Amino acid sequence: MFIKRKEFIQIGSLATASMMLPKFLRAFEGRTMVPPGNKVMVILQLSGGNDGLNTVIPVRNDLYYKARPKLGIDKSKALLLGDEAGLHPALSGFKELYDDGSLGILSNVGYPNPDRSHFRSMDIWHTASNSNEYWNNGWVGRYLDAQCSGCDKPTQAIEIDDVLSLSMKGNNLNGIAVRDPKRLYGTANEKFFKEVNSSHLKDGSEEPVDYLYKTLAETMSSADYIFKQSKLHPTGAEYPKTGLGNSMKTIASLIFSEINTKVYYVSLGSFDTHVGQEGRQENLFKEMNDAVKAFVKDLKANGRFEDVMLFTFSEFGRRVAQNASGGTDHGTANNMFLISGGLKQKGLINEMPNLSDLDEGDLKFKVDFKDVYATMLKKWLNADDKSILGRQHQYLNFI
Amino acid sequence: MSLNNQLKNQHLMWRAGFGPAVEQLGDLSKYTPRQFYKALVKASEKKPEYINAASNYLDGLYKGIEDAGRMQKKEMNATDRKRFQQENRESIRNLNMLWSYEMVNSAAQLREKMAFFWHGHFACRNLNIYYQQGLLDVLRRNALGNFGTMLKEVSKTAAMLNFLNNQQNKKDHPNENFAREVMELFTLGRGNYTEDDIKEAARAFTGWSSNLKGEFVFRRFQHDAGSKTVLGKTGNLGGEDVLDILLQQKQTARFITQKIYKYFVNENIDKERVEKLADKFYNDGYDIGKLMEEIFTSEWFYDSKNIGAKIKSPIELMTGIQRMLPMKFQQDEALMLMQRALGQILFYPPNVAGWPGGRTWIDSSTLMLRMRLPQMFDDKDEFNVNPKMDDDQMMGQNMKLNKGFEKGKGNANVNRPLIVDIDWKLYNRNFESVPRESLMSSINNTLLQVKSQVKPETIKQFTDNSGRDNFIKTATIQIMSTPEYQLC
Repeated sequence: MFIKRKEFIQIGSLATASMMLPKFLRAFEGRTMVPPGNKVMVILQLSGGNDGLNTVIPVRNDLYYKARPKLGIDKSKALLLGDEAGLHPALSGFKELYDDGSLGILSNVGYPNPDRSHFRSMDIWHTASNSNEYWNNGWVGRYLDAQCSGCDKPTQAIEIDDVLSLSMKGNNLNGIAVRDPKRLYGTANEKFFKEVNSSHLKDGSEEPVDYLYKTLAETMSSADYIFKQSKLHPTGAEYPKTGLGNSMKTIASLIFSEINTKVYYVSLGSFDTHVGQEGRQENLFKEMNDAVKAFVKDLKANGRFEDVMLFTFSEFGRRVAQNASGGTDHGTANNMFLISGGLKQKGLINEMPNLSDLDEGDLKFKVDFKDVYATMLKKWLNADDKSILGRQHQYLNFI
Repeated sequence: MSLNNQLKNQHLMWRAGFGPAVEQLGDLSKYTPRQFYKALVKASEKKPEYINAASNYLDGLYKGIEDAGRMQKKEMNATDRKRFQQENRESIRNLNMLWSYEMVNSAAQLREKMAFFWHGHFACRNLNIYYQQGLLDVLRRNALGNFGTMLKEVSKTAAMLNFLNNQQNKKDHPNENFAREVMELFTLGRGNYTEDDIKEAARAFTGWSSNLKGEFVFRRFQHDAGSKTVLGKTGNLGGEDVLDILLQQKQTARFITQKIYKYFVNENIDKERVEKLADKFYNDGYDIGKLMEEIFTSEWFYDSKNIGAKIKSPIELMTGIQRMLPMKFQQDEALMLMQRALGQILFYPPNVAGWPGGRTWIDSSTLMLRMRLPQMFDDKDEFNVNPKMDDDQMMGQNMKLNKGFEKGKGNANVNRPLIVDIDWKLYNRNFESVPRESLMSSINNTLLQVKSQVKPETIKQFTDNSGRDNFIKTATIQIMSTPEYQLC
């Protein structure tokens, strides 16, 4: 095999287990260098509070249409998932995934004592804290701490962006934000920065300046590594020429390379639809639908769809009732999409929201999002979720 | 690096202010830190002027409310509400600009720096300009005054009462948020009170509210007048009583002193020293000015281990550069854009706990941007970073990032050259008498608080040696682009 041993081992224990099966591996060769079993997680953040009720529509619930005389999506327009629910009309690709058995929908996901401020609620989702705790690091960052202690480049978690999210910042290590591997490579390789980087005395001291130099060195080696990997097997598939389309294309190219990245993070927004929700949500969903559709097609063509788990989340859902401006205001519990060729539970995993049992006009949460994280960490990434999340949460059964 | 007066005074200026200003460079080695501090105190004595950033539209609207006296009933339609929110947002941005300007240009550096510290301590997000500028005024007026007075005034601001949901804190339906944060973050710190103390304190704060104009209102009928017990004291306690009880706790003095020590002296605290300072702070009746004087005129504050030990916050970094290099931004949005990309926007703290600071400022993206910033100011680099959206701030509106910037191609790779006019003459003048061969070390000593690991020969590869002024200019830009410059 052509895989560098060091990189290979970093990928995780599942990979090492499959190393013993060279024949099995060869069967999956082709353009793909990394063998199956290297699980990858892709997090798609829907910023601004996506309206879950118009995403997965309770098409048989009168209370829904009563609360949303103008904004409710008619059953005839929704893409039906059985009798109870339908998808937003712009999510045709998601409907195909549903038919295909590779879409899972978790409803009523949230946390106790929900906060309706975007920033605060996003903080809670990013850090995995309780709503009365203020943590300074994120859950993916802490995964990175555990995964990359003593390694020289923290590329196990990559955010496709210019700026790094709190969820990607660990106690000791931070993920890396890169929108365009080539551009980051160019910046990091400017002669001045290279010279500065080589000036570091590396005398083992741990002053703040050493921390800065260490971050600089990691950035430069990560930029180098990511760029080289991104050129290894760049995908030739067609992707929509949108922000998210480009991001998913970058992620696919990296997944097909030999890179040690386990978590990719990307955001889409803003879903903060106080006014004129219809058009805005539709446009964003179109962007999401087309990008995810192309991504899944590409993964399938390369035999990697079983190893990739994409999930969506938003900092909160929106209120059940529409407001007076053709929109909805900040709410609480919401749904999450799970997309993978390796799902154990498919379709509507739990019951749809109960619209007759509301908390002052808001949905009550039934599934704690931290249980979803714990499940992903433990069952998908084979990581120690308890130490990463600081508590033992319940595992769900979709993996 | 020898601990001469210049270095010590620079240390003082970085910690008790936003860094040495170009016009102070000549004085740095002439005076002792004690003399320097005295001058800082004097310059900060005058009562600060209220910063009013509210737009004419909002001022008009609020006058109308006042006249009618029926603000509750005034219903806005969707268009009005949208405009109302947008005007508030823009006014808060202007408040940000106006205060940033004070940080750069005011002689009252000590006061503004203290107010900036309190801005992080009494962290508050609020989308009402009057609430925000009211709170800022409380912080600037009391920045060096009495902590107890400030605590009480802050607790009565519309900004804090609304942010911490105290308008929902009513008799028989208490909301504990306000009481909890007052104890956890403003006074005692976690672990120094019980859940019962919070429940009881919340009852004492019932009825504390504000009107739409942002004035404190005590709603008698919502107040729970029964007996409560907070931290062992029982009685028909009101909000003020609870704050007094909190101030009577030595732990409050300890908690605040510790935070001040970490922020102004060193993240690694010297327990014994903090305890002594806290004793004094408590015995002086929470006199902030006296505490700061004790710190800034002590010998140990100027210990080499405390110099250059702090990572500048984005605001400190940007303000420090502007104080050293007088500059004018041609685009209004430039400062906001940089604050957002570097992770510290005034009036938008991440949460009520404020900015965590220290190493959390640094990741690969922010470090690269910090190191490119001086080059951007000098037209050598483009601002091609798209900061994240902040939906609390944007309210679902699209960002007008390109306002005032030259149009870039596409959305993902927006290239925005910053247009900045730097007055190099004022700066270069300070090096007039420095012989050419000492120029590099002289610039180094002016800009850096730690010994640089980047060798002068390395910097010289990137300087323009075609003339004295060009050399000073390019060397300055390069030195500001090093990891060392991130420290103060």
